[in-house]
Amino acid sequence: MLLLFGAFCSLTAGNTTLNVSDVPHDAGDALLIKWNLPAAYKDLTLAKADSAGIWQELNLSQEPVGEFTDTDLAPNQEYRYRLTAISSSDTVSFIKNGIPTEQWFYLKKMSFLIFLLVISFAILFYIWLAKQGKDLFIRRINGLDSMEEAIGRATEKGKPILFVPGLADLDDIQTIAALTILSHLARKSAEYDTDLIVPCRSSMVLSTAREIVKEAYQSANKADSYKEQSVFYLTDDQFGYVAGIDGIMVREQPAANFFLGTFWAESLILTETGFGTGAIQTAGTAQAHQLPFFIVSCDYTLIGEELFAASAYLSKDAQQLGSLKGHDFGKLLIILLILIGVVMEISGLHWFTNFFSPEL
Amino acid sequence: MKKNIPLLIVLVAGLLVIFSEFIPHRPFSMITETLENWFMIISGFAMLLGQISLIQVNSAKVRNKDENWVYYLIGLISFAVMLITGLLWGMDKTAGILGHGEGIKTWLGLKPFDYLFENVYQHLSATMFSLLAFFIASAAYRAFIIRSFESNLLMITAVIVILGRSSFGAMLTGWLPDSLSWLHLPKLTDFIMEFPNSAAQRAIMISAGLGVIGSSLRIILGIERSYLGSDE
Amino acid sequence: MKLTPLVERRIIYIVLFVAVMLPLIFPIGWRTEVSTHARMAYDLIDKTHAGKVVIISFDYDPSTMTELHPMALSMIEHAWSKGQKIIVTALWPQGPQLADEAFEQIKKTKFPNKVYGEDYVNLGYKVGGMVSIQAMGRSMQEVFPEDSSGLKYEDIPMLKNITTLKDVAYVSSLSAGDPGMKNWIMGAHDMFGVAVTGGTTAISAPGFIPYINSQNQLVGLLGGLKAASEYESLMGVVGPASVKMDAQSVAHLLILVFIAIGNIKVLVAKRKKSQQEQEVTNG
Repeated sequence: MLLLFGAFCSLTAGNTTLNVSDVPHDAGDALLIKWNLPAAYKDLTLAKADSAGIWQELNLSQEPVGEFTDTDLAPNQEYRYRLTAISSSDTVSFIKNGIPTEQWFYLKKMSFLIFLLVISFAILFYIWLAKQGKDLFIRRINGLDSMEEAIGRATEKGKPILFVPGLADLDDIQTIAALTILSHLARKSAEYDTDLIVPCRSSMVLSTAREIVKEAYQSANKADSYKEQSVFYLTDDQFGYVAGIDGIMVREQPAANFFLGTFWAESLILTETGFGTGAIQTAGTAQAHQLPFFIVSCDYTLIGEELFAASAYLSKDAQQLGSLKGHDFGKLLIILLILIGVVMEISGLHWFTNFFSPEL
Repeated sequence: MKKNIPLLIVLVAGLLVIFSEFIPHRPFSMITETLENWFMIISGFAMLLGQISLIQVNSAKVRNKDENWVYYLIGLISFAVMLITGLLWGMDKTAGILGHGEGIKTWLGLKPFDYLFENVYQHLSATMFSLLAFFIASAAYRAFIIRSFESNLLMITAVIVILGRSSFGAMLTGWLPDSLSWLHLPKLTDFIMEFPNSAAQRAIMISAGLGVIGSSLRIILGIERSYLGSDE
Repeated sequence: MKLTPLVERRIIYIVLFVAVMLPLIFPIGWRTEVSTHARMAYDLIDKTHAGKVVIISFDYDPSTMTELHPMALSMIEHAWSKGQKIIVTALWPQGPQLADEAFEQIKKTKFPNKVYGEDYVNLGYKVGGMVSIQAMGRSMQEVFPEDSSGLKYEDIPMLKNITTLKDVAYVSSLSAGDPGMKNWIMGAHDMFGVAVTGGTTAISAPGFIPYINSQNQLVGLLGGLKAASEYESLMGVVGPASVKMDAQSVAHLLILVFIAIGNIKVLVAKRKKSQQEQEVTNG
């Protein structure tokens, strides 16, 4: 015991330590354990006392100098750690306590916050500018301009319109973007007295789509023409859903097909079948690897952000159109950051890239 | 009031989720976890809504003897059969109301639900997916036409990638010396997929990301209200 | 004889059907060169030590089995040959059943001595996608209180030291869409630092290549049937993917032929039209 105590004293007299500290800027769920022992100590075992006071092994190391981050801890609770080290002549043991505390800001996410604030401010600024009456140029999006033409064609032929809000659930922003377009489309269909078919893959999308179409018919003063069964659930299964829609296209022969939202491997199956029926087709998705299939088989395609801009574009509301200019500012900013980043990396200055890609 | 309450809920929920991304301290970290749990619970319950819609739509068509009503009846019968077999005898290692159905399992080789899943459903699904091969062929035949500089570029790239992604491609250029190994079709394919293709996809992803920010901001601030059904 | 577009399409479909069927009946035996991304995925599994617990997530359904199931079989065989223990999860409802099929097949042919609960366990399907993965990072037992057969989490021997997602060596997601690999990358790797690899359909593969970067968001990728056959050749086996690659290669060649025919057709029609215009001008 005396020998151990002596060894302990001589070790702590120098730079040898076991240090337990709170990991900064986190949710108070981690402690950083660092140790610094003479080179003679090779077999190190780090243990933590559980709620019953029994030591549980955490980490085995051969390095006399090292660190370990213990995670999944409860904030503001004291934890006890023991480091045992063995050399050829003796065994030493250290015990240290630590309390993880939660902070109010993830400092590592500073770059995300700055970027989000700059983009949001730009969008709000342009909305304000539009409110002041400033004329902001927005380029034409053919796929959206053709919507009215497509509905008109369906009305002339006496055929329905098919709207597919994608295959994702309501938690996907593309589905929400698609449903906001559905609102405009449903109102136009109500005005033209054209039937609308909206098959849904998810129950939550079904209930939202029904409300949207019902409200659209009511706002067009055509509440009597609204048919609840026009918005219906098919199946959750990916290819079962596709089979169902293909069947609808071949049987009902819609004159206009709209495929807006999230799509995966089934995109070409849908659009080629629609092409075969002679319908005018508009597609839109942010899934970059499905865009080529849509471009090949559809008359109009909304690429990436055009899907999210669609609702603002169709509303013709100055404020919403102003927000689209904010997107352009964001793109300009990203181009600048990429160019600066490339120059910095080539120059060997990595702090710029590191600031924007922190280890979370 | 009818529109204001949903807008307020959207504003509060949206801002809370944004704040919780940057603030680790309770209660913000707990809010995210709570909302995640709520979403998982609602997803489970919402499935029932879909099944009710399915039964309503199909049975209405059968009742009114609409065109091709027999197929809607088959759809309802299939739904019922899978539901009943699953409930009664369970599937795989999960027991049903009547246990594991050892008798039927001996006769069929599998539980009824599993038998139908493996011998009917799986093949139907694979068949639907296989349609993609035919449609790719017909779409390629129709769309890959040399019209302009861009379509020429598309054609050349398509030929390289189509050959490079097959066993044949490696054999066609496998004889090239090391100095010209960059012309080896699989390597050219990997280069095209890794650089020009990735660059274009990232550009689309970045602009889509900006679109998401703009769209979300409009929805959270109540500027965009189409999802509620009207702009008023 | 002028063919209508409908008849042309039907001819294309019949020719393609015959061209794909023949190599399946009469295999050609073309060899597949191994790509960098397939090798990266292989190396991750190869270099993981024996005794480590890994996750293979069956995030697909029967419609994409042709491309993804051979990957599952190869990865299970590879992991077991390295003495790894496998946890099965699924973000798609049919995933657990497909997993059971894969394990039964490998046990029957290659590893009859592997024991459920000690060498592998099927924790079943979880709804919620990204939400579930984030919850796994806090507590696996909370997300999966029981396995797919009803066995309690605490009674499964191989899960004794697995408290959170961070305790697994890597996650391999065999993904046909969403939820799937993207969620595992964003959850398991970006949030919890767990290595992620996996396979996807050939159509979706280009979308995941940006994640194979210096930050190792994705360690290798098996994209489609070709990559599955590359993995089999690295394993030294001739599996289902290798057999089907001949048919895929023939199909690729046929598509090139169709593209050529389509262009010739347009060229001939253009020439005819300009000749007619010239005749009208001269006449």
